[in-house]
Amino acid sequence: MVELVVKRLLWGIPVLWLILTLTFFLLRLAPGGPFDQDRELSPAVEQLIAEKYQLDQSLPVQYAQYLKRVVSGDLGPSFQYADLTVNQLIGLGLPVSLQIGFWALLLALLLGVALGAVAALYANRWPDTVAMLTAVIGISTPNFVIAPLLILWLAVHWQWLPVGGWSGGEWRHLVLPVVTLSLPYIAAIARLVRGSLLEILSQPFIRTAQAKGVAPSRVLLYHALRPALLPVISYLGPAAVGLMTGSVVIEQIFGIPGMGRFFVQGALNRDYTLVLGVVLVVGVMMLLFNLLVDVLYRWVDPRTVPTDAAGARG
Amino acid sequence: MSQTDSNSLLRIADLTVRFRSGHADMTAVSQLSFDIPKGQTVGLVGESGSGKSVTALSILGLIPQPPGHIAGGQIWFQDQDLLALPEKALRRIRGNDIAMVFQEPMTSLNPVFRVGYQIAEVLRLHLKLNKKQAWQRTLELLDWVGIPEPQRRARAYPHELSGGQKQRVMIAMAIACEPQLLICDEPTTALDVTIQQQVLELLQNLQRELAMSMLFITHDLAVIADLADEVVVMYRSEKVEQAATADIFRQAQHPYSQGLLACRPKLHDNPKRLLTVADFLGPDGQAKQPVIEAAAPKPDKTQQGVLLEVRDLKTHFPLKSGLFGRVNDHVKAVDGVSFQVHKGETLGLVGESGCGKTTLGRTILNLQAPTAGQVHFDGIDVFAQNPKQMRQLRSRMQIIFQDPYASLNPRMTIGQALMEPLRIHRPDDCQALRQERAVSLLEQVELNPDHLSRFPHEFSGGQRQRISIARALAVDPEFIVCDESVSALDVSVQAQVLNLLLDLQEQRQLTYIFISHDLSVVNFIADRVGVMNQGRIVELNTAKAIYHNPQNAYTQKLLDAIPKGEPKIRPKGQTTGIIT
Repeated sequence: MVELVVKRLLWGIPVLWLILTLTFFLLRLAPGGPFDQDRELSPAVEQLIAEKYQLDQSLPVQYAQYLKRVVSGDLGPSFQYADLTVNQLIGLGLPVSLQIGFWALLLALLLGVALGAVAALYANRWPDTVAMLTAVIGISTPNFVIAPLLILWLAVHWQWLPVGGWSGGEWRHLVLPVVTLSLPYIAAIARLVRGSLLEILSQPFIRTAQAKGVAPSRVLLYHALRPALLPVISYLGPAAVGLMTGSVVIEQIFGIPGMGRFFVQGALNRDYTLVLGVVLVVGVMMLLFNLLVDVLYRWVDPRTVPTDAAGARG
Repeated sequence: MSQTDSNSLLRIADLTVRFRSGHADMTAVSQLSFDIPKGQTVGLVGESGSGKSVTALSILGLIPQPPGHIAGGQIWFQDQDLLALPEKALRRIRGNDIAMVFQEPMTSLNPVFRVGYQIAEVLRLHLKLNKKQAWQRTLELLDWVGIPEPQRRARAYPHELSGGQKQRVMIAMAIACEPQLLICDEPTTALDVTIQQQVLELLQNLQRELAMSMLFITHDLAVIADLADEVVVMYRSEKVEQAATADIFRQAQHPYSQGLLACRPKLHDNPKRLLTVADFLGPDGQAKQPVIEAAAPKPDKTQQGVLLEVRDLKTHFPLKSGLFGRVNDHVKAVDGVSFQVHKGETLGLVGESGCGKTTLGRTILNLQAPTAGQVHFDGIDVFAQNPKQMRQLRSRMQIIFQDPYASLNPRMTIGQALMEPLRIHRPDDCQALRQERAVSLLEQVELNPDHLSRFPHEFSGGQRQRISIARALAVDPEFIVCDESVSALDVSVQAQVLNLLLDLQEQRQLTYIFISHDLSVVNFIADRVGVMNQGRIVELNTAKAIYHNPQNAYTQKLLDAIPKGEPKIRPKGQTTGIIT
């Protein structure tokens, strides 16, 4: 296991370098620059700005300098937010997105697995139909439709929850964005669990458990669910990254200072360093979560572990 | 209806089980009645789909409902009708008073839990042992069923054990609560002959030690000859015969039982064709007089030209480990094998699982890259071909796999499966011509040509294997590797498929390499036999010489493992009416 972790972390270095390099040059290929504005700037001012942000040097030199800085942990100054570095911006946005993402992931897992299990247990009967219909609606309704509806009912009409805002992450401000963010993931996980459980329930080892006299609830929750969760675990890696790096739509609607907006604003403003910083964060998280998934997978499914615990076969 | 008398432990009375498929009801078990006496073993024999497994599952109330339902009858056990018991009461009996061992040890254990844990679960459930007691008892049980180093093996996951060991674990789980009745549903069918013999001996000993009754389900009468006190023969969901084991073997009454006994290939005589159930039992159930062809000595085919020459072939698989996947050892699956196969000849390759026979077959066909050595097919160096030449060569060399369920694409119709190789190897033919060929192929393997548009799941195992044969024949090959091609089939179906392979060989002058773990099958079909052990051929000779005068200790061991329960007197065809 330690070997796997070390190996994967070492592999991560070239992967991150490749991602950064590609993004760096792709950004420069895009027309326009960070300081192109409607109003024409005087050549002298332009010269000053270019010097300040080292845009006057050749591209390879800029690339080399950027890499050097990143290795030392400095993502550079933001081109758009004049007084802030990219480190500071991410330091502000990431914790917010992580918090919302974590709760959304937890909710999606709990509800998704429960819904999927109910659907599988009552396959092709009404609870299944209801659960799967909900799932389809959950997947196919965009969050910019769900969010205003939830606000309308829960915040405006009944006034149970605040309409938006962050307030330092107070729980009442978390509920609506977390629910909205997790809905499609609940649906996706429910469908995965249902399909996988149905397949597992037809396996001979389930019949073995029944022949042992094990009660149906234990057969389902114990003998069947654990192997059935394998596809969910694979799905969880990318899903967790998606949830925890913020969503522009959710942040806009609920007025949350997360990281999602950096993607869009950074790209629109040609804020080179910000985009690179955000890409780096996503890349690192992708690597970490996929590693976590692999570790989890090995723990749940011993077949994936090469082992000599049983000694020579025979 | 009477309850169990003092002598019998379980009484099945007029059991009828139906399955709904589509709108029609299919009867799986019809009016079945028999007793299982205390401390005795009853063998329940029949082919796939005869209703024997459904009977076993009915006893434990494990029939999937729907689509199945019990349409009538009772199953008496300890003065209670198991069919009328509520689910909760039934659960106290399952695994406790009545336990079951299933056919596929590979899939019958939960892959994500340690085997010791799975055994301990029964003990904690029924005997209310605490964690420590249950673990202690689990280790004793593993030792009892002959698993070495129980301390370590108990902590293993199922995939870390061999097939035989898994079946031993299943048995340990079943006897954990010392049940009064042990139901074994084809417990040795998926195992090699040598392992089969060990497992049968184990079951026999356990039965004696625990004084339990046993219901032993099998498609192969020979397996239970030493084991069963009484045999119940089922055919098309009905009991057709019930008799003491010795009587069945000496004088089977029902033509189906006679057919079952006759269709297993035997070591001591070598008929030209195997008798099948169809030789004894007509299509509408009337008894028939089988025509027994006299055994003829096999012609010496080594005078023919050499079609395939294998020279010092090695296939090694690297074992990687460490941070950068250094190769520090090899699995030597095939380790220096040389032989020749002559035109029109069948070379049998026998050996236990893991001896390298399958890898050898695949390497010869260049489906697996060799480590060293050469294969010449009709003078062509197989490993020196470029991909395009290799594709052309493939139309002359084909393979039939073991598992007829897994080797056909479930989403392709039979017609598509048969026409695909034609499309690849004869791209210029028109569709009508291909269709015509597919029809003729189906006729050659004795299947209904109207079934071209059906999907694999609509066929039985034996039919599917015929389809695989037809697919291999589609491109008119000269040489076919049959990799355990009849091992997954019932003995009665196996005989039919073996006959078919022989017929096709005669018609088309085919050359076979026939890979099997079953020496009696190889003895029947092969001209010469190579015995493989640990990647090498330890003995290669004519089939007759191998069986009558084995030179190698390993060959002797394989021969000894073949089920002994062969009838001393072969049915001479004096059939009587149907006994039911």
